[in-house]
Amino acid sequence: MSLGWWLRDTLEMVRRNLLHIRRTPELLLDVTVQPVMFVVLFRFVFGGAIQIAGDSYVNYLMAGIFVQTVAFAGVYTGVLLANDLKNGMIDRFRSLPMSQASVLTGRTMTDLLRAMLAVAVMWGIGSLVGFSPQGGVGGALSAVGIMLAFGFALSWLGVAMGAWVRTPEALQGLIFTTIFPLTFASSAFVPTDTMPDWLRVFAENQPMTRVINAVRDLILGGSGGPDLVPALAWSFGALFVFFPLAVWLYRRRISR
Amino acid sequence: MILAQGLQKHFGSTHALAGLDLDVAEGTILALLGPNGAGKTTAVRILTTLLRPDGGYAEVAGIDVLKHPAAVRGKMGLAGQYATLDEVLTGRENLEMIGRLFRLPGAEARRRATDLLERFDLTEAADRVTKNYSGGMRRRLDLAGALVAEPPVLFLDEPTTGLDPRGRLGMWDLISALAKGGTTVLMTTQYLEEADRLADDIAVIDHGRLIARGTALELKQRAGGERLEVIVGTESSLERAASVLAALSGQAAHTDVLARHVSVPVASHGGILTRAVRELDAAGVELDDIGFRRATLDEVFLGLTGKPASTETSVSEELPS
Ligand SMILES: Nc1ncnc2c1ncn2[C@@H]1O[C@H](COP(=O)(O)OP(=O)(O)OP(=O)(O)O)[C@@H](O)[C@H]1O
Ligand SMILES: [Mg+2]
Repeated sequence: MSLGWWLRDTLEMVRRNLLHIRRTPELLLDVTVQPVMFVVLFRFVFGGAIQIAGDSYVNYLMAGIFVQTVAFAGVYTGVLLANDLKNGMIDRFRSLPMSQASVLTGRTMTDLLRAMLAVAVMWGIGSLVGFSPQGGVGGALSAVGIMLAFGFALSWLGVAMGAWVRTPEALQGLIFTTIFPLTFASSAFVPTDTMPDWLRVFAENQPMTRVINAVRDLILGGSGGPDLVPALAWSFGALFVFFPLAVWLYRRRISR
Repeated sequence: MILAQGLQKHFGSTHALAGLDLDVAEGTILALLGPNGAGKTTAVRILTTLLRPDGGYAEVAGIDVLKHPAAVRGKMGLAGQYATLDEVLTGRENLEMIGRLFRLPGAEARRRATDLLERFDLTEAADRVTKNYSGGMRRRLDLAGALVAEPPVLFLDEPTTGLDPRGRLGMWDLISALAKGGTTVLMTTQYLEEADRLADDIAVIDHGRLIARGTALELKQRAGGERLEVIVGTESSLERAASVLAALSGQAAHTDVLARHVSVPVASHGGILTRAVRELDAAGVELDDIGFRRATLDEVFLGLTGKPASTETSVSEELPS
């Protein structure tokens, strides 16, 4: 199976996924309306109560919402894969002489596009409510690069979970109960130093916090800070673990 | 063109295929006939690379299915038992996507999609999303999907289930025409009439094993050749008619109470019809109809498997897994 065919079939799958989005715009709620809601709510509801040393709350908040959104958007791909597995579409693809890998890469590439859209929407809405990044174009691009890498790794986790669960509905619940606590027990919305010790130790060392801190530092004019290397390590490490895991679980699922 | 040898497949404790042998010659139609749960779909899924067998060998278009599944996929079209369409895409988009994934150039994929939509009477619905298609329309689009690449080998799992009589006739014509044009077809069916009408060869399977193989005529002859059949005027005379006919033929009579119908196998015509009429009359049986008839495939089926072909098993077996 040549690289050219794989690329062509991946684009075909992306095209199919985009058609789905066009016909079912609700599929974009999680990368548009939802993050906007988070920005606005946190900015105005908690913004007054939470004091961040040396900066405005909205500048602190944005990194958290960026990373939270791309993480959820990435993992959610598993629900769509589970749907295709359930309704027989995967059987159709498997009976065609196409690159079989493209079924999965088409999914994760679409997620990358969704994540880009999410970042653009949030950046825009953030600017409207006072978000003023000081990192310049270089800082912004590096920050976006890290978010997307992290989101991409998590969309392979999504594929793995989608191939593993029996029904799409089951996965919805699984995502909520795993990713949600991770985003709250992190530095996404409040600094970790007010947390009780047991929680703080967890929060400061979990991948979400590392990525958020690195992104935040880059956006606000730093050079990534002490969390940059761990953030990159987590993102690429996750990719190296979840990619083969996803492929293995998918193969196991379809060969039953 | 299609070859299966000793195919084995277990699902937990279910022995879905227990050493199935099949072969289909180029340009012919083989009908795979069997009751619910016989293993028809399992056999099709293995031959079309969707499922790996636990044992045995399979070949499609001269290619080893287990060793070179990707190459096999380039030579075959599949319409599974349950239509596999993208519900969010239109009929046309579904076919064009399949065409492109079959490596056809974009313009060619578009042209074939238009042709097939026309041929399957779907032109009007072509640009509507398939979610709103009726059962028969889905079925037809699914079959069109199998034909997009004009593959030399076709696998059709119950291709006419869910079609109305007109759609069924159309499908029969289409399948015959494809075979005449050189396509090799393996189809499964629950309809004995369909196998009889379409197939060059019929393979009857039960419990994952081949139990009979031959043309429709051969199978009918195996099931006892011709039968003498009467329809009586009143239900109360059924028993008398059955005993008269059994005595004449020397074999047990088959009675269908609802149809007021009794039949027995007969070895030869010689004088038996007149004797039957005379003796039934003497026994006070009023006749609505009497005549010779070659065994139907239903009877063949009953004789071979011990259960009628049309018996519905539990609903759970009908659902996709
Ligand atoms: N994925 C599966 N998991 C468990 N059991 C299965 C699976 N697929 C098939 N079976 C079992 O294998 C047997 C053969 O099934 P198969 O679908 O091949 O029958 P069939 O001849 O196609 O029946 P039908 O006429 O109802 O379509 C059945 O007992 C069925 O329950
Ligand atoms: Mg079946």
